[in-house]
Formats: sequence, C-alpha cells, structure tokens
Amino acid sequence: MTVSGVNLDLTRVRPYGDTLDDGWVQMSLTLPVPSGPEATRAAEALCEKMGLDDVRVVYSRDIAGTFTFFVVYGKCVHSVDFTAIKVSKVNMRHMTFDEINEFIATCIGRKIVVVAACTGSDAHTVGIDAIINMKGYAGEYGLERYPWFVAYNLGSQVPNEALVAKAIEVGADAILVSQVVTQKNVHIDNLTNLAELVEAEGIRDKVLLIMGGPRIDHELAVELGYDAGFGPGTLPSHVGAFIAQELARRMGVWAPAEKA
Amino acid sequence: MSRINLDMSLVERARRAARGIADGIEPDINASTTTTIERTVLRLLGINGIDENGVPLPNVIVEQAQAAGILGDGIAYWIGSAMVHEGQSAAEVARRIARGDLRLEEIHPADEKAVREAIAPEAARMCAHIKGRRLERERLIEELDAARPPYIYIIVATGNIYEDVTQAKAAAKCGADIIAVIRSTAQSLLDYVPYGPTTEGYGGTYATQANFRIMRQALDEVSRELGRYIRLVNYCSGLCMPEIAAMGAMERLDMMLNDAMYGILFRDINMRRTFVDQRFSRMINAYAGVVINTGEDNYLTTADAYDHAHTVLASQFINEELALRSGLRPEQIGLGHAFQMNPDMTDGFLYELAQAEMARAIFPDAPLKYMPPTKYMTGNIFKGHLMDAMFNLAGVISGQTIQLVGVLTEHIHTPFLQDRYLAIENAKYIMNNARHLGREISYRAGGEMERRANEVLTKATAMLEQVAEIGLMSAISQGMFAGVKRDPRGGRGLDGVVKKRDGYYNPFPEIFMRELSSPAFSPKLWRVQAQAQAQAQAKTKTKTKAKVEAPGPMQAQAPVESQAQAGERMDSGALPHVAGGEGGCGR
Repeated sequence: MTVSGVNLDLTRVRPYGDTLDDGWVQMSLTLPVPSGPEATRAAEALCEKMGLDDVRVVYSRDIAGTFTFFVVYGKCVHSVDFTAIKVSKVNMRHMTFDEINEFIATCIGRKIVVVAACTGSDAHTVGIDAIINMKGYAGEYGLERYPWFVAYNLGSQVPNEALVAKAIEVGADAILVSQVVTQKNVHIDNLTNLAELVEAEGIRDKVLLIMGGPRIDHELAVELGYDAGFGPGTLPSHVGAFIAQELARRMGVWAPAEKA
Repeated sequence: MSRINLDMSLVERARRAARGIADGIEPDINASTTTTIERTVLRLLGINGIDENGVPLPNVIVEQAQAAGILGDGIAYWIGSAMVHEGQSAAEVARRIARGDLRLEEIHPADEKAVREAIAPEAARMCAHIKGRRLERERLIEELDAARPPYIYIIVATGNIYEDVTQAKAAAKCGADIIAVIRSTAQSLLDYVPYGPTTEGYGGTYATQANFRIMRQALDEVSRELGRYIRLVNYCSGLCMPEIAAMGAMERLDMMLNDAMYGILFRDINMRRTFVDQRFSRMINAYAGVVINTGEDNYLTTADAYDHAHTVLASQFINEELALRSGLRPEQIGLGHAFQMNPDMTDGFLYELAQAEMARAIFPDAPLKYMPPTKYMTGNIFKGHLMDAMFNLAGVISGQTIQLVGVLTEHIHTPFLQDRYLAIENAKYIMNNARHLGREISYRAGGEMERRANEVLTKATAMLEQVAEIGLMSAISQGMFAGVKRDPRGGRGLDGVVKKRDGYYNPFPEIFMRELSSPAFSPKLWRVQAQAQAQAQAKTKTKTKAKVEAPGPMQAQAPVESQAQAGERMDSGALPHVAGGEGGCGR
C-alpha cells in the first residue's frame, strides 16, 4: 500500500498531519488551575507524558478564574501495528428493505417476531423508535413497516422482566434492548441483568439477543453474552438484515457466502 | 408588527379552537384532586420532612387518607379538623399522624367554618412567604439583571449537587444567564419527591428542596459577584408536578419546565392525572412569578421537524390556553420549540428561521424557549459547533427569549466544563455580532418564508379545530400528538386521581387566583423587559417623531436604548475576542 508515493509500513502506523508519518495530533483539554505561564507549561508537560513530542499550546483561556482550557498540537511518538488489529463485527451482508422481506419470505417462510424496549430507568426511546417505529430513521422505514416482521415496541423504562415476559408471550425470535443512558455504567448492569433473565427463563437458545445504543458496540455485546450489538449510525435495515440472516443460518436454511 | 406576514385570522381561529379544547377538559380538571395535589397542600401548610423509613411525611399522610377513603374531602379539611379538636398546629398534627399517634380516620369532622379558620392563618403564612420570595427576586432583578434576550440557558447534570454548583458557577462566569439542573433519569416517574441534599443520580441530579436551596444560594453568590442575576430552572413535570412547583416557589426558582401534555406523551403518565396536576402546579408557578417552559421541542426528537412543525404550534396554542387558565400571564409562558431539521436539507435554515419568526409573531409576549439541534448531532463536534452557531443565529435574528445553548458534544457525554465554555462563547459571539441584524430584515412578501410560515399555521389551525371537535383526550388516544397513542385509562398515576366530594377544601387556589386575577398582578420577570415597556410608554406619551414598532415586551429587537445602556450591556454581554488571551470570560 502506497501513500503519497511512499510505501506505507502497516506495522508502524502513526497519525497523518500533512506529511506521511509526521505524527501530528490535535487535542483540547482543561486543567483545574488558573491560567498563566505555569498552566501552559503544565499542559505541555502533561502532553509530553501522553507521548507527544514538539508540543505546542496554540490557545489557552481562563474559564471562571479557576480552570484553563487549552488547544494543543503535538507529534505522537507511538505507532500501532495495523496488521495485528482484530475487531469483532456483526457478521451480515447488507440488504435493502425489499431484499430483507424477500429473504424472509423465501428462506424462513414465516414472519419474524421481534420485541424491543428501552429497559431499566432509561427514558430515551430515540434509538429504539428509530429502529422499530413505522416512520423509521434517516429515510429508512422501521421494522414495523416490514411486511415480514411483527415488531412490538414496548417503549421506555420497561422492566427487564416485562420485556422477557412479552418475548415469551408472543414467541419472539429476537429481543432488542436499547440503552442510551450510560452514566456510571448503569447500562452494563442492566444489560447483564437482562441476559441473565433470558438465561433463567430458559429461552436463551430460542431468541437472538441484541443490544443497541450510542455507546454500544459488538464487542461489548459479545462480552455480555449477546448475539449482536449495534452502535451509532445503525439503520433499521442493518438490524433487520442481521436478524433475518442469523435466524436463517441457525435454522440451517442459509449460509453466508465466503468473505472476499 | 411582525416581520413575517401571517394570516392573523388563522391565529384567531387557532386560539378559539384552543379555548374549545380547554373547555372540553375543564370539567374533568375541576371534578378531581390527586394524591400529589394533596401532598402539595401539606407542603404548603409547612409539612415537610421524612419518617424513619425515609418516606416523605406528605406521602405518609396522604396515603393514610386515601386508604381511609377520605381524600376526596381534601387533606386540608382533615388536618383542619384535627387542629380544631386537638388545639395544635398543622405541623404538630401532621407529625402525630405520621407517627401513628393520631389516626386520620378517627378524627371527628369539624365544622367547615372552624376548619377554615384554623387553616387560614397557616395558608396565609405560606402565601406571604412565597410572595416574599417573589418580591425578593424582583428586587434582585431591579438591582442586578443586566442581561438581554436571548438569555443564555445552560444545563448542568452531574448527579451530585455540589459538583453541579461548581459547574453552574463556572458556566455563569462564562456568560450563562440561566442554569438548569437536569433531573435524575426517571425522577418524573417517582410518586414522591426525594428528600435532602443528594450526591448520586443518573443522567442528572434529583430535584429535592434541599438541592434547590443549595443551588439557589450558590447562584445568588455568583450573581452578586458578577453583578448579574443568574436564574435557576428545574423540572415541574412527572407525577409530582405541583409538589415541585411548591418547592420551587419556596426556594425562589425562576423557571420551571411545566408542560400540560409532556408527561402523557413522553412518560406515559395518565392524562387525567396530568391535566388535573398541571392546573394546580401552574397556579403555584404563576403566584411565585415563575416563568414556565413548555416542552414542544420533544415532539421533534422523534417526529420530523419539517413535516411535523404544525404539531409543535398546535401544542403551543393548547399550552398557552391552559396556562392562562391557571393564572399565568403571557409574559410567564415560555412556549417551547426547536431547531431540529435535518442539516442536509437544502434551505433548512430558511425553514427554521421562518418557523422561529412565525412563533415570535404569534406569541409576541411569550418568553419563547428555543431548543438547539440534538437529533442530528453525530459526534462530529466540529460540525456540531457549526450547527449550534446556525441555531444561535436564528435565535438572535428572530428575537427568541430563552436560548438553550447547544453544546458541541451533544450525544457523546454530559458536557465537559470546556464544552460549556465553548458553547457559551459561540452563543455570545453570534448574539453580539448579529445583535441588531433582525430589525434590519423584512421578509419578501409572497416569498418562501412567508409561504412556509403560513403553511405551518394553516396545518396547526386545522389540527386544533379537529382536536376541538373530538376532544383532547380522544385526540391523544388516536396518536395526534407526537405519534404517541395514550389511553385515558392507561398510564401511570391514575390510581392517584380522586373525585372531589361536596365540601372539598383546599385553601390555596382561592388565595392564589384572587391575586392572580387582579389587574395589578404583574410580576417583574426581566429588567430589560420592564425598561422596554417603560420606554415604549414614554415614547407613546411624548409622541416622538420616531416610529416605534409596537413592541412585544420580550422582543429582543424592540428596545430603543439610550447610549449609556447600550454601552453597559456591551460590557456585560460581549466576550473580549483576544486570541490566546487569558481574559477571564464574563468578567
């Protein structure tokens, strides 16, 4: 791989400012000290400890007499081995609204039942509404609009117990849980509790357990024993395609094509 | 007159429909009381505190009364009866009931007149206290209120009231005029108000009377230091609407989020409960001289801001009508709206500005509350900062009153100290740099902005007329607001709605409404407003040659200032633009 006519060493990747391998990063931070030359020197010293060389405080500003805000540039001395990076991603092929419905019709042959909620104390339905509700998000319809999905959106502040009970009642194929509030890691406790409940009710192997939210990723999902985790930018079709394909795979009626 | 040409006959029709809608729920509001209203009565009678299990005394007592089936008489009637028989104060009687020394169901009903005589001095004492706090605010405004609209409204939400104080003081020093302490997630669904100072909360800090007092005291200190009155906001919504209003009235909060339908739509609180509660909570806010903020911006967090703009306007008309019926003055009704259109939309800013001008023209006296972009904030903080700038520009041009300043890190975390500083700097830069731009602008007759504003108004009027025909409760159950359907028998809190019996007694509405309905009641809410009014009157009287636009008192562009005032405001309003400088912000 070449960048700017130079062979890029993927085992030693550094930030790109305006020249390959220059290492420049920009950063802002606040220190709880009054502004002045000492504060600026302190910011420089801290940035050096963070692995920046040639540190330049390009802007500093007093906030309320007791804090100082800095904008800093510096050259990062560290590099990463890009070839050694491994990330677990939701394994699915992207499909459109029509393709997903067609896929379910031919491979599964019945409607897929999904229950969704924002559980625990979380009152933010923005995420779950975007994925489930008729009107959807960013120009895409939500799962309610898919003729081959039956979607139950239980809304916000639903107890985990109620979500699991609903899943059992309607024979859900997938449980979707959305978590927006993540202060003090409240979402981790709640998500763990839901996974345990699903296990305790003996339906873990009958449902796909899926989490979503702005601070959620697939790695977290796998770590907590979920089948998938969807983060920011997720569209209804991403979730729909995953559910359809994973269900079909588990039913043994479909297998993903080999990766290119 | 307004800069955008609206069909004012539609505005009249919309208001008429809103009156019809309010008429439809009026009998229901009058026929019932609720557990939280009765708890509020106890709080207003000075009954506060918790029992040994940490349960607030008002809850302990009201639960007993409800279990005994006597709540429909009004808790004041039974407290009054006990006072008559026992010869003790309300607080003493209450403590004994809470301890179990005195059983509510064993109290003999006393003569109605004797009850009123026993309660009246206690009620009068609290009313005097609340009025005193209002007058105290008015003195501070007179002395210190140097800011001018759009007022910069900033949120703090650490969960720890003491940390909130640090952040609020820093924000005030950076130029914030108004500090809102976000409540802990789901407090709206608690059917009691937590007690005492709190240091743990999720996504916000519990609204407690002690927390109100701590923050008020801190902001009073910083107001003195800065020579600028800093206003305090909390949330008067959820299952304890009137209790929070009472606490805010006692602790001199300046604004309350207080919407007639928000809890129904977005928190699934029962609609009858909400309609009954909003009335009493708003009476208290009115009497305390509080500016309420309504929550129409929430409609646009789920629905599309362009397609559903008319639902925001329709809700504003309903909120306005219900607020007026609770004794609030138009100057106290901070109707909400938001800058939430998709930033990829061609001419999105044109439509946003059209709607902001429309709201300003339709509600000329309302201290409109303008909410920033949140829905399309992505984590690209650089673009987010630009979107907030566009929002600030729309706010200053259209003369919004309360500008909830958007923060570039929206959707990432609760703002860092520096995020707030950057957000305020953005707002102050734009509001100073474009300060009088709005009054130079008139929009093209027959142009796209005029067309858009009238389109929204037309749709809102049609919607209101339809709601008036079928009734508000059925409209909500059909999903006409925010696309959310709610059953009149569903949702939380219906078990706390109690039918009033003949002889129901609550001393406060009568006292409040007597004063509120007097033409003399005119709380001073902002100094700039009072000055603008005084100047407008002076101009009219002396018939100066200069043509003064009939000013809505809150309109930013309206005041004609003396040079001295303009200079003074420039000093307090503008940040020094010194790159790399150390000039402390706001000093």
